[in-house]
Amino acid sequence: MIELHELTKRYGETLAVDNLSFQVPQGVVTGFLGPNGAGKSTTMRMILDLDRPTSGRVTVDGKRYGQLSEPLKYIGALLEAKAVHPGRTAYDHLLWLAQSNRIPRRRVDEVLSLVGLTSVARKRSRGFSLGMGQRLGIASALLGDPEILMFDEPVNGLDPEGILWIRNLMKGLAAEGRTVFVSSHLMSEMALTADHLVVIGKGRLLANLSMAEFIKQNSRSAVRIRTPHVEQLLTALATAGLRATATPDGAYEIEDGDLVHLGDLAAGHGITLHELSPQQASLEEAFMQMTADSVEYHAGNGEGRDAAGAWGATWQPKSSEQKGD
Amino acid sequence: MASFPAVLQSEWTKVRSVRSTVWTLAITFVVTLGVGALLSLLTNNNFDSFRGNSESPFDATGTSFSGILLGELAIIVFGVLAVGNEYSSGMIRVSLAAVPQRVTLLAGKAVVLGALALLVSLVTAFTTFFVGQSLLGTHSTTLSEPHVLRAVFGAALYLTMLCLFSAGVTAMLHNQTLALGVLVPFFFLLSPILSAVPKVKTLAHYFPDYAGSRMLLVYEQHGQPYGPWPGFLICLAWTCAALAGGALVLRKRDA
Repeated sequence: MIELHELTKRYGETLAVDNLSFQVPQGVVTGFLGPNGAGKSTTMRMILDLDRPTSGRVTVDGKRYGQLSEPLKYIGALLEAKAVHPGRTAYDHLLWLAQSNRIPRRRVDEVLSLVGLTSVARKRSRGFSLGMGQRLGIASALLGDPEILMFDEPVNGLDPEGILWIRNLMKGLAAEGRTVFVSSHLMSEMALTADHLVVIGKGRLLANLSMAEFIKQNSRSAVRIRTPHVEQLLTALATAGLRATATPDGAYEIEDGDLVHLGDLAAGHGITLHELSPQQASLEEAFMQMTADSVEYHAGNGEGRDAAGAWGATWQPKSSEQKGD
Repeated sequence: MASFPAVLQSEWTKVRSVRSTVWTLAITFVVTLGVGALLSLLTNNNFDSFRGNSESPFDATGTSFSGILLGELAIIVFGVLAVGNEYSSGMIRVSLAAVPQRVTLLAGKAVVLGALALLVSLVTAFTTFFVGQSLLGTHSTTLSEPHVLRAVFGAALYLTMLCLFSAGVTAMLHNQTLALGVLVPFFFLLSPILSAVPKVKTLAHYFPDYAGSRMLLVYEQHGQPYGPWPGFLICLAWTCAALAGGALVLRKRDA
């Protein structure tokens, strides 16, 4: 179990991690979310005692990381994809790691086959693709058969096949009862894998809740209707006690509307429908709203929410540029 | 705590599994032997014109070790790369996650590097000595002459200590490019130049390479500030200081 207690890290004037306290629940996948620069990697380095906290403490199974003997047997971590000497073979890389923690040599072959690198085990890692480097990193995390696994942005730069593989791997590890702590800046990715969420922004804890809870709190469903008979539709809806909101493209949305009920209603009034579709506000949107105030580098007009879809939307000719931020 | 034999075994795997180890150590051997052999041969063939009417006795041991000043470059590079490649690749974070006891990790690395460097240096020193003497013909010396055996062992210790000194400096600078950029000019330009400049040379005479190379001398030289054993101790002190400095930086710094 990983426990953080008022963990703080300051680099000069910058507060990278600010009084962070939470526990990583056991036996599930916990998504560690935050925009770039939120302090996720710094937090993970402090868990491994690579960076020393300015104040506060963090423990793994009740001990400071530095007090663990043979720590690879407690917690396996993937921090960077290619933290490997390019001239060393995959096998030798795993072998020195295994020897340092007195892990038997046969385990090296086991993890190599587990991540599908057996055929290139004797090749120098210089020629490895990003995906292969990531697999080697995951093999080293699994080497000591640890109860806790920690991955920093494991899907970054991977192709769809690689992403799917990591997603299934994490779910599989949690299904075996292991604790998986994985960082990401993509809510959509976490929505598919995580059972629990810890959200940080600017080094501060923003949310610590189960995925189900997060969805319940943040998902907004609506039914979208498009019709050529707008007046008739609005009247029919008003009679039925429903409120419709116009969308910019000329359609209408009914919050928490029921598809069947609305379809029947339209048919009953003889209204032609051109569209009747369920809408689900994305979790990505909810996440971006949550972290909007803490995004380190804003695009354009300084509203984090707009950064995703509207790249270039805030562009203005130089003469009229009067932005304050 | 991490088991020290396990750390040694792990560090040995690291060192033997990269090509730069073989290359740098092979170059140390070949260059020290080759240049020494060449100069021994030239000296033997042109003995009278080389010697002129010098009054100091001819140092046959020193002549066979003429190549050590070039050979030491390769073993310095070995020491730098063995420590520095962990920083250049980011592997240091993987190493520290596996062995969070940082001083133990560096100590294990130093023991493995030191043992390997000593082994290669001993083979290099004795081979170079015997090949050199066989090429010096009638001007050669033997191990049974006074101080000669000490000088041959001295050559091996000299190379080993420079290797460990460089490893320590690299750990202090935590960057192999920077370490090479500092160490190579220091040993090949600064130290030889300064030790020839009047007044400044008093200081340069306490640099690790000058001090360590006193162990190679069979005859006492005119104007030499100290003998072979103080030279050994001064070089050893530099080596220990560099490694201790490296340990201190490694312990304090965020990785």
